[in-house]
Amino acid sequence: MEYFIQQLVNGITLGSIYGLIAIGYTMVYGIIGMINFAHGDIFMIGAFVALISFIIFGLTGVALPIILLLVLLIAMLFTACYGWTVEKLAYKPLRGSFRLAPLISALGMSIVLQNYVQVSQGARVKPMQPLFSGGLEFFKNSEFIVTVSYLQIFIVVLTIILMGIFTYLITKTDLGRAQRACEQDRTMTALLGINVDRTISITFIIGSSLASVAGMMFVLYYGVIDFYIGFLAGIKAFTAAVLGGIGSLPGAMLGGLLIGLIETMWSGYVSIEYKDVAAFSVLIVVLIFFPTGFLGKPDIEKV
Amino acid sequence: MEKQDIIKSFKDSLFTGLIALALFGPIVGLRTASKGEGLFITPQWGVVLLLVGLCILGRFLININSARKTEFKFLSTLTSKFSNITDDKAKHFAITGILFAVVFPFLPFTDRYFMDVAIMILTYIMLGWGLNIVVGLAGLLDLGYVAFYAVGAYSYALIATTFGWSFWICLPLAGLFAAFFGILLGFPVLRLRGDYLAIVTLGFGEIIRIILINWYEVTNGPDGITGIPRPSFFGLPFKRSPDEGEMSFHTFFGLEYSTMHRIIFLYYLILVLALITNYFTLKIRKLPVGRAWEALREDEIACKSLGVNPTNTKLTAFAIGAMFGGFAGSFFATRQAFISPESFTFIESAIIVAIVVLGGMGSQTGVVLASIFLIGITEIFRDLEQYRMIAFGGAMVLIMVFKPKGILANRKPTILMHGDNK
Repeated sequence: MEYFIQQLVNGITLGSIYGLIAIGYTMVYGIIGMINFAHGDIFMIGAFVALISFIIFGLTGVALPIILLLVLLIAMLFTACYGWTVEKLAYKPLRGSFRLAPLISALGMSIVLQNYVQVSQGARVKPMQPLFSGGLEFFKNSEFIVTVSYLQIFIVVLTIILMGIFTYLITKTDLGRAQRACEQDRTMTALLGINVDRTISITFIIGSSLASVAGMMFVLYYGVIDFYIGFLAGIKAFTAAVLGGIGSLPGAMLGGLLIGLIETMWSGYVSIEYKDVAAFSVLIVVLIFFPTGFLGKPDIEKV
Repeated sequence: MEKQDIIKSFKDSLFTGLIALALFGPIVGLRTASKGEGLFITPQWGVVLLLVGLCILGRFLININSARKTEFKFLSTLTSKFSNITDDKAKHFAITGILFAVVFPFLPFTDRYFMDVAIMILTYIMLGWGLNIVVGLAGLLDLGYVAFYAVGAYSYALIATTFGWSFWICLPLAGLFAAFFGILLGFPVLRLRGDYLAIVTLGFGEIIRIILINWYEVTNGPDGITGIPRPSFFGLPFKRSPDEGEMSFHTFFGLEYSTMHRIIFLYYLILVLALITNYFTLKIRKLPVGRAWEALREDEIACKSLGVNPTNTKLTAFAIGAMFGGFAGSFFATRQAFISPESFTFIESAIIVAIVVLGGMGSQTGVVLASIFLIGITEIFRDLEQYRMIAFGGAMVLIMVFKPKGILANRKPTILMHGDNK
């Protein structure tokens, strides 16, 4: 039982990271109907920016909360630039062309970003000294002590805060309304005087910023990154988005949590080598029974 | 050009420079390097300045000339002319291409390196043609095609090393195994819509790779399988000194021993396999099942209404595509004599999909051109090892931006009720 609770805590932490990345996928899919393959690599770039800023601020000896806040803002800012540029260069010229073209372009962009970071930052893994230490311990009398580290609390709380801001942004502001309108009907939205291109750009900026936060969490949580982390994290996050119902924002978060839980439970109880297989197998099974994911809208095709 | 325009484009380029600075600043400018305990940063501002400068200059030049439009026009007229030529004279083009491929090994400038590259290109052409059945004809986006390639390679390697059967027995078996896996995967997932299918196939590709890495007892894990038998020329091995009482290729034909014999044989082997794939595709397109694929790609609902069973039809496309992937995999295994999960990563799937889409989905000639182009690019950049994949990815983006339908956009169904192509 204690072991189960420990895995639950780990799973929720991991799930928060996946969920934040998944939002970027699901938003882009909702608004322009494409799988943004480069999103995983945007997450990787976010992790690198966070790592670099941690090193720089680590030298200055500022208090930890300030460092965290600064790194968060810097990572969001610079990574958003990447998201914006990728959209401008690789996807915008392809708007309105046939369905597979943006996907191939995104694949190409993903290859470019990965190798670009490999060339500029080197291929070796980058270890970082842990910034957080300690945590809360539960069930001290039992055999297995459940530890909830401060870092895990930080990750989950930050995710909840960001989700709150994000939900407010989407449901209550003009920007969110424009964004949802674009999802439903782009032509009509344009006719009503909304700058569709700008809305799409902002979607990419929001998605990339959230991915960069996930990247920062990844650096802190695992302490090791390399240029290749974007691929696996990216497809798992996309799996999460599909699982929750692609295009649905609460679905992305739910899917992220599920994938995180499945992964940790599987590595805790079944086998750690096959943890990546678990996520994909669950996806295949779920899609057979819920073809549009858990929270996705049924998609009616018309002739 | 007015003065205002120049100022405007100047401002625009400065903005580009600012963005470029934000992009390259942290990632290129602050290189992290581990030194003893922990990481340190080595600044590289020179490179950043150079890159930012290039971006500003490039943007400014594009703005000033508004070169983009004319260049774009030039590119598209060129490529459309090209498409027309190849469309009209597809047959001549194909025959010239095949003739060239046949005499290629005996051309004066052909050396070992050229042969290796040619074999690699032909392998990709074959994979491209195999995937073209799935993506180009049936319109199913398969991002895990490498899984079938891997299944083919591993089943060939396992059968050949365990039972010692010859290449010509193992090859069809490997193809069958791959087709079986295609059906196994296809059965549950082919009801899904396009993008879901893409991600599920991608996941399947990864599952196969992870199993190959972890299933030590059978696949020998990350170390891979070594000592896969080399192919023989109808029972005549390519050995310098054949065993007692055995003829080898060069003694039988009375030739001087040369390692090139085997390479040339492999070249013709893959050429024949690829041409079989092509011939099969061209023929099956004219059969009811091939027509059903194309019809499904164009309009699934109409197909359902007319009584075509979409799942079964897609399943045949999937299985046949997988089978050719399996054949290509066996060839790969016998050529390398060594396989490991390293060779079957997602990037391979991405390359094959890119070849099909860049070539123009459904176009057989397009696959050839795209393979030569993409593999050629990575070969040209071979000396700049690190930059070749950047060039490769960049080429994918550029082709899509300038020619979204692929080099040869031939998406016309083979027959049309009221079409212009008879």
